[in-house]
Amino acid sequence: MCAQSRAESDAGASPPDSAESAERVPVPARTVLDGPEIQRALTRIAHEILERTKGGSDITLLGIPSRGVPLARRLAERLERVEGGAVPCGSLDITMYRDDLRLAPARALGRTEIPPEGVDGRLVVLVDDVLFSGRTVRAALDALNDIGRPRAVQLAILVDRGHRELPVRADYVGKNLPTSLRETVTVQLAESDGADAVLLGPAKPRPGEEEG
Amino acid sequence: MRHLLSTGDLSRDEALLVLDTAAELAQVSGRSVKKLPTLRGRTVVNLFYEDSTRTRTSFELAAKRLSADVVNFSAKGSSVSKGESLKDTALTLQAMGADGVVVRHSASGAAHRLAEWVDGAVLNAGDGTHEHPTQALLDVFTMRERLGRLDGLRVAIVGDVLHSRVARSNVLLLHTLGAEVTLVAPPTLVPVSVHTWPCAVSYDLDAVLPKSDVVMLLRVQAERMHDAFFPTAREYSRRYGLDRERFARMQDDAIVMHPGPMVRGMEISAEVADSARTTVNEQVANGVSVRMAVLYLLLGGS
Repeated sequence: MCAQSRAESDAGASPPDSAESAERVPVPARTVLDGPEIQRALTRIAHEILERTKGGSDITLLGIPSRGVPLARRLAERLERVEGGAVPCGSLDITMYRDDLRLAPARALGRTEIPPEGVDGRLVVLVDDVLFSGRTVRAALDALNDIGRPRAVQLAILVDRGHRELPVRADYVGKNLPTSLRETVTVQLAESDGADAVLLGPAKPRPGEEEG
Repeated sequence: MRHLLSTGDLSRDEALLVLDTAAELAQVSGRSVKKLPTLRGRTVVNLFYEDSTRTRTSFELAAKRLSADVVNFSAKGSSVSKGESLKDTALTLQAMGADGVVVRHSASGAAHRLAEWVDGAVLNAGDGTHEHPTQALLDVFTMRERLGRLDGLRVAIVGDVLHSRVARSNVLLLHTLGAEVTLVAPPTLVPVSVHTWPCAVSYDLDAVLPKSDVVMLLRVQAERMHDAFFPTAREYSRRYGLDRERFARMQDDAIVMHPGPMVRGMEISAEVADSARTTVNEQVANGVSVRMAVLYLLLGGS
């Protein structure tokens, strides 16, 4: 659902390179963002959101499971700290709207929790950890469409790793991270992984695809 | 999991996955757009050899909410009445490109046979007196919603166990999920093989009632009763019917379930049937969510 699984499916799509895959095994994952840097990036995004929406009183944050949900919650906390008012925050599962459902066994669903205010007429900011092909965002827009009609939709992302397959652009980016398709971006958050970090590592071989 | 033929095939994790998925999908029923694009382009055939408006409609609605194309095929007025065999019907559906077949048949084991003949997923919607797995899943889902847990839950299943596919499916599933089941029925309506089932058996409803968290009543299946299993409906009602007095002796938070259709006045008094602790209509609503979950898990992936 997050960066890793998408990276895996893309790694399979790229032509296998036996010379490279043999030498990519020992390369360890490299930390590109550590805990404090992630905190600073989120604080900056929170300020950018307030600036662009002019202190937006009708903001609703929706995190995309799994890592987008804690990120949305952290952004909501920061917005509340700066502006004082409560910021509705929820989660939007996109599994049923994915375009690659038939390429893998059925996935477990994430949680969809729409705040009691709903999304009608509100400024919805979608929050996710990694922006890659853009397909997740497309699915999220479809999912949102079935739930209500927001006044506008914006996208906040912790890491933009490029390689877009759809015309999608983030409004708020924590860090632009140029990557190769043979790399994976893994976001770890204290809520689910014990500590905050963004790791850049070699693509994991898919099960069944033996390394040469 | 390729087919859903018996709740006995479900591991604890698989059963919980179905319940959790259903809990998420239940939200869809509360929205103004009650539709997901998940099964777009897939075809689900409802193959019903026995009448069952409730189950068929529930499956149809579930498939449609997931955007699947639904074909309803009932034996009455079809080539089955001209003598076509189950296998030939199955091969016809196969040729028409059915991705999933929901089958209801009066013969126990019909769903298993069908699963050997078609490539698509087979969902057992009741085969004879054998199993009715989605009914058990929706019952268990309702228990979890109402009581918040399944582990250690004490469930009494009361009535015509002999003819009931619901009872068998429930016993297997509840056992997998850690609940304790007691079957309560007249000795003539208990199957011979019951000692192999993971549950207790009692002939005395009044002894079981006060220690049960869930009382599940079964329908007395008059259409399958070709013998005298009990003297009169009145006597059955007196010993195994749930009336106001018995209802009052139940625990305060215990719930009453019934797979429907209810025979009021015999298995259940009208007063109990309309009580807020009776979940009959919730069970119907949950049936759609659970069937959506099963269809998604069987047909949604590769």
